[in-house]
This record gives sequence, C-alpha cells and structure tokens, in this order.
Amino acid sequence: MKKRNILFLLIGILFGTTLMKTDAVSWFRMQEMFRFQGFQMFGIFMTAIPTAALSIFILRKLKIKTLDGEPIHIKKKEFNWGYIYGSILFGIGWGLTGACPGPIYVQIGSGVSIAIVTLLSALAGTWVYSYLKPRLPH
Amino acid sequence: MCLPANIPFLKYNWKNQSWNLFFAAGLLIGGFVGGVLLHPVNPMPLSPATLQSLNVLGISKQPGILPVEIFSWVNLLTWQHLIIVVGGGFLVGFGTRYAGGCTSGHGIAGLSTMQWPSLVAVVLFFASGILTANFILPLLLK
Repeated sequence: MKKRNILFLLIGILFGTTLMKTDAVSWFRMQEMFRFQGFQMFGIFMTAIPTAALSIFILRKLKIKTLDGEPIHIKKKEFNWGYIYGSILFGIGWGLTGACPGPIYVQIGSGVSIAIVTLLSALAGTWVYSYLKPRLPH
Repeated sequence: MCLPANIPFLKYNWKNQSWNLFFAAGLLIGGFVGGVLLHPVNPMPLSPATLQSLNVLGISKQPGILPVEIFSWVNLLTWQHLIIVVGGGFLVGFGTRYAGGCTSGHGIAGLSTMQWPSLVAVVLFFASGILTANFILPLLLK
C-alpha cells in the first residue's frame, strides 16, 4: 500500500472517530442544532473553523510541501449558481437524514446497517447529478 | 467505477483518486472505533427541549445515533420514511455535488480560508436545513 493511501486511511480514521465521539453523526444532535435547542454542534463548528484556519496558517508559515514535494496551493472557489441550487437541495437532505456525506460512512461503521440505504441513495444522487450536469443551470 | 453511460464528469483517472476510497474506508473504521470500541458509558445528554419536540413527532431518544422509528429495516417501508431516508440521501448526494462541497468542504475548509462562495453555500444549506427540520420533517412524521 502506498504511503499516501495509508495516510489518508489514518486521517479518515481520526476524522471518523472524532465525528462519532462528538455526536456529529447523530440525527438527534442535528435536530437539536436545526431547532437551536443546544450548543453542541455550534461548538464543534466554532472550534473546527478556527482550528482549520490556524492549521493552514502554520502550513503556509512553515512552507510545508505536499507528499509529492509541491507547494500547497488552495484553489480559489469560483462562484457559480450551482452553489445556490445545490446548497438548498443539500440542506433539505441534511435536515431529513441528519447526515452530510462523510458521516454516512461513520454511521455504517458504527454498526447502523440501515445507513447503507442512505449511502446508496446519496451515491445515486451523485450519479444523477453527473448525468444531468450539462443540462443544469450553473 | 463501472457505471453505465458515458458521463464526462465521471471520467477521471480513478487510480489517481483512489485516496478517496482509503479516506472513506478510514471513516468506516472511525465509526467502529468511536461507536463500538470507545462506546461511551454515559452518552452526552440531548437537550430536553429537543426530546420534547421529537416526542411530539413520535420519536423517542433511544441509545444510538439514528431513531429506529424511521431508520430501521422494519420501519423503512412507508412512503414517508422512504422520502426521509432515500429521498433525503439522494438530495445529500445530488446537492453536495451540485454545490461543490458540503459541511466540511464549504463549512470548515471554505470558511477557514475565507472564501465568500463557501459562505453563500453555508448560509443557504443551513437555512434550508432549518426549514426542513422544523417544517417538512413534522409533515412527514405526522
């Protein structure tokens, strides 16, 4: 197994364990957040965003290179209308299933077999998007 | 992936992208580590107000991360529950691809690098989630 793949596996395990232990994969916790009845999810975001910003600051300051030895370049996101339509659709799915894409895998790993249905549906959604992409407004 | 149809968006060198699969495998293992190996003795309590709101909708907090009243093989086969699980799952996949990112990609990575398109996306999917959880979900669970 390539070094890169082992690293991604380890980062996945770390991220998955964190999502699980912080309850960020819990449907109940998501309902709590969407009803503004608890602080937990907001606390997670308010910790994660500055931590990510600090990590990127350190990566840049120390001029850390990628695995291939190239300078790290974070692509600027180019706005298109897909951001609007896609986000609204994703929000509906998020409110119903309580899951974003990553947490679906974590839910399955934690032993909830029914989340496989969520995963297959999400994969179908990805496929249909790819199929319709040339005809959708962006 | 060996999927039918000639779709340009899905034509990429998947060997170069295979790290994605390792990351997904890591997430699966992470769920096992966090949910099974490090299973909490005392789960973090949910807000009483949320328990109350969900109770009204016929959902009781069981141990675990998903309500068995909706997310279980026995209870899946009603049209309302299929809309929630299959329809919701479909929109998660479709929407995040369309929007070019999700809670991690836009919410954490995008916001932490101060990209305004990500802020637009975050505001919209959060607003859409709020409306769905408060107004659409209760209609489906009635």
